Amino acid sequence: MAIRNTEELSGRSAAAVASGAIADLGDHHDPTTDFQLPPGSEPEARSQWQLFWRRFFRHKVAVAAGLVLIALYLAVIFAPQIAPYELNPRLDAATLLQARHGPSGKHWMGTDELGRDQMTRILFAGRISLMIGLIVALVSTALGTAVGALAGFYGKWVDQMLMRVTDLFLVVPGLAVLMMAQKGLAGKQILGHRFSSQGLIILILSFLYWQYIARVVRGVFLSLKEREFVEAARASGASSFRIITRHMLPNTIGPIAVNTTLVVGLAILTESTLSFLGFGVQPPTVSWGNMLAQSEGAVGTPQAYLVYFPGLAILLTVLAVNFLGDGMRDAFDPQSHH
Amino acid sequence: MTDTPMGDARVLPDDRPSPTTPVGDAVLSVRDLHVSFPTDDGMVKAVDGVSYDVFENEVLGIVGESGSGKSVSSMAVLGLLPPSAQITGQILYRGTDLLALREKDKLKLRGSKLAMVFQDALAALNPVFTVGGQIAEAIRIHNPDWHRAQVRERTIALLDLVGIPNPAARVDQYPHEYSGGMRQRAMIAMAISNDPDVLIADEPTTALDVTIQAQVLEVIERVQDRTNSAIILITHDLGVVAGVADRVMVMYAGRPAEIGTVDEIFYETRHPYTLGLMASLPRLDENSDGARLHRIKGQPPSLIFVPTGCPFHPRCEFARLPEPCSTEIPPLRQIDTVGHRSACHFAEDLREVGRKDLLMSAEESMAATVAEDPAHGVAE
Amino acid sequence: MLTFIVRRLAYSIPVIIIASALVFGFTRATTDPLARLAQSRDAAELLPRERHRLGLDKPLVTQYTRWAKDFVRGDWGQSFISRRDVKSEIRDKLGNTVQLIFWGILFSASIAIAVGVYSAARQYSALDYTFTGLSFLGLSMPVFWFALMAIQFLIYEPTVLFHLKQPIFLSVGLHSANDHSLVDYLRHLTLPVLTLSVQLVAGWSRYQRSSMLDVMSSDYIRTAKAKGVTRRKVLLKHGLRNALIPLTTVMAIDIGALFGGLIITEHIFAWPGMGRLFFDALLSGDTNMVLPWLMVTAVFIIGFNLLADVLYGVLDPRIRLS
Repeated sequence: MAIRNTEELSGRSAAAVASGAIADLGDHHDPTTDFQLPPGSEPEARSQWQLFWRRFFRHKVAVAAGLVLIALYLAVIFAPQIAPYELNPRLDAATLLQARHGPSGKHWMGTDELGRDQMTRILFAGRISLMIGLIVALVSTALGTAVGALAGFYGKWVDQMLMRVTDLFLVVPGLAVLMMAQKGLAGKQILGHRFSSQGLIILILSFLYWQYIARVVRGVFLSLKEREFVEAARASGASSFRIITRHMLPNTIGPIAVNTTLVVGLAILTESTLSFLGFGVQPPTVSWGNMLAQSEGAVGTPQAYLVYFPGLAILLTVLAVNFLGDGMRDAFDPQSHH
Repeated sequence: MTDTPMGDARVLPDDRPSPTTPVGDAVLSVRDLHVSFPTDDGMVKAVDGVSYDVFENEVLGIVGESGSGKSVSSMAVLGLLPPSAQITGQILYRGTDLLALREKDKLKLRGSKLAMVFQDALAALNPVFTVGGQIAEAIRIHNPDWHRAQVRERTIALLDLVGIPNPAARVDQYPHEYSGGMRQRAMIAMAISNDPDVLIADEPTTALDVTIQAQVLEVIERVQDRTNSAIILITHDLGVVAGVADRVMVMYAGRPAEIGTVDEIFYETRHPYTLGLMASLPRLDENSDGARLHRIKGQPPSLIFVPTGCPFHPRCEFARLPEPCSTEIPPLRQIDTVGHRSACHFAEDLREVGRKDLLMSAEESMAATVAEDPAHGVAE
Repeated sequence: MLTFIVRRLAYSIPVIIIASALVFGFTRATTDPLARLAQSRDAAELLPRERHRLGLDKPLVTQYTRWAKDFVRGDWGQSFISRRDVKSEIRDKLGNTVQLIFWGILFSASIAIAVGVYSAARQYSALDYTFTGLSFLGLSMPVFWFALMAIQFLIYEPTVLFHLKQPIFLSVGLHSANDHSLVDYLRHLTLPVLTLSVQLVAGWSRYQRSSMLDVMSSDYIRTAKAKGVTRRKVLLKHGLRNALIPLTTVMAIDIGALFGGLIITEHIFAWPGMGRLFFDALLSGDTNMVLPWLMVTAVFIIGFNLLADVLYGVLDPRIRLS
């Protein structure tokens, strides 16, 4: 299942995640017991991947979701090439004549009060939203994996530290804190660098989400530590670094991949929410969230279409991410077949 | 082979098409039962042609490794298999085919005439209800007109019968407050609460330590003295069966390998698999010092790709290959005495093979397989 | 059980203290109490004086202990903007938020439990797939967009379509200016409750479904069936009773988060509750309001987490009696 939005439920999604159930609140599966890859022996490892793909491709919805996501990313990457109009056309009479036109063959998603083509804007806004989602997921995965692996491998005080620190994140209302951070840090120098509004949001969201990944990785590591192949590697004199990178991390790929995917969706949702409230990506940079903030007033007017499409874009993206994550989890871990 | 099985009530039909009515006064007759489950990798044939009878006041032991179909066949009797299970054959309770019964009528029999004691009583008892409450529920379902006090009195009496100390106080405790042995007794109390005709005990002693095992088996025997139930005792442990059962069915790969009285199975063994099981039993009276226990080599077969011919042939020390053992399925046929049946092409030849011989040959084969993983032994 | 509660309570105290210190530091780092003053004409003259008066020139630790002392004593200060007492302001707004939370969880819990039980009873049925699909939709839904769509399609479109004199539902505030009837209250309540329930229903129903499926595959359910218990009773007595234990704890944790988590709903529907209070305070730089607000919501979150643990013990005799 999907990670919840930080949205209305900030504290909660964090709590669910913290209990090691980020990938699925429902299955009381310890994600730690799920991955039974053999000790990295080549042919068997390969067949595990074959098994993964076989099971994944059986999951029709997840395959479709993956294709939708690929299409979305391609569309926004090539936005300058495929967008039918200019993002910011010159405000001359010809453009303004096109203002407030509903969806038509000429403007599939209509135009706004300045005559700007909505589809073009959505494509360009998608670059920002999808990029933020991807970068936040990658940064928090890198950070979370490193911390989680160390905590799970060494245990003791390292582990205690991680758990206590992440506990503290759980007791504050997430969205409120994000808003404060965004407002307080906007325009300030951080580490000698002045971040753009989208750079800042990447920084702040990564700082929030790394702990989800860390908790998951820690859980898997704790259980892997007791397994024979790790004992065997240790007995044969392998260094800690080698055991972590060669023996344990490969067996953690499943849960990491699933949760990285889900963080993409979570980050996109949270970014759009913050931008909608005015605490995220700032104009003139367009994101789906601040497009909605600008057209909020169109609700209840003939221009309500301005509100439909950016929201649908967010919904479609996050839905695809969540279905993909769900399918991946099923494929990595067929037991959780609820 | 040529004996005519006339007159004896405890005779099972040969592998000819099964008769539709039970023979003699059997309480429960299973006829040509097949159970398979669809899985991602193919059909699992968990039970592949099983027939047996159980009679009043009798204990039938069903023995086999895990995956031999012993539990699945008994779950089929109670109708507890998941809907995905494909079941054919007949399960006749006093002449009524349970598989053809409507769910409503099955519910009436379940827990009253047919009851079951499960393995691992801690998991099998609901943690959020008291033990007494769970037994009382079993009573109330089948006696809806009883008063509260009546039900409670009966519940306490049942706990007393199975040997729970201070039952009047224990009745209101939760399962986790009981010891392992007591939980298993409470399970038995629940199962016999409506004096069942057929009591199926599925590995009732597996999770318990040896002294408690003996006590629980004793409770089962005591219960039978009172209720005259037909008892089916499912176990992987021949030792348990030796002490309690009247007759034994040994199962392998979803099929019966050998059926007979306890004495026949133990002293006139006519199937190599039974021999193997027995040789792997620890004995105090012979070759006690230093002698290793015999292990049946290899592993239980996959139930999706069952070996051709005799399913046991890849592990059999007496197999003649390729013919007939790997080409022809040996029928379950009568050997020596009426009621003693074996599914081995060379059952008669096993007369010559004493248990000692097997142990000798086992010692030799042991030398060869000594490096093998100990998990490959026969015990589960 | 009592020792368990006491121990758990004792653990919460250091958590609250550390959280309060962090919240204090974080607020000082991100909001400037003097930001408004700095824009005034004679800022150069006023700023140092104000800074000294508020103790902002002292070390952070001193500031914290001073603030913490006042906070515990009940002196939460005044709002910079409204000049009202912060404590009574928060108390008022809390009451309005509790109304939303109450109706929201009532609505969400009943639907989630029903859906969960149904889906577990008829796993892989068409309706089960539908519920699963809908829950994915709910979990992927941007809440603010759902609220806008709700206003569009439940207020404006029906009004136009059926030529209504006034809309069925209302989207601004708690009640109309001169109408305090129950009907008016419900017309205001419906949309915010619906909005905050989207994720609760989706999350809880999915959770309850897995929880039920988990329970229904356990040995004691098989035992109940073997006793001759009817399907319905197996599901509703043996199944639901056990499956409600994890759901209850998840619900308790979620409810705690709602006290500080309704920012969007209250912002869009102009609901005078905690979320809107925070939003307005943050926008206007009202530090005196933001800091106690964070503390109060943190205490609610910690308190409901504690409640979740206690409920688990109450509902599960294995924990209650050990």
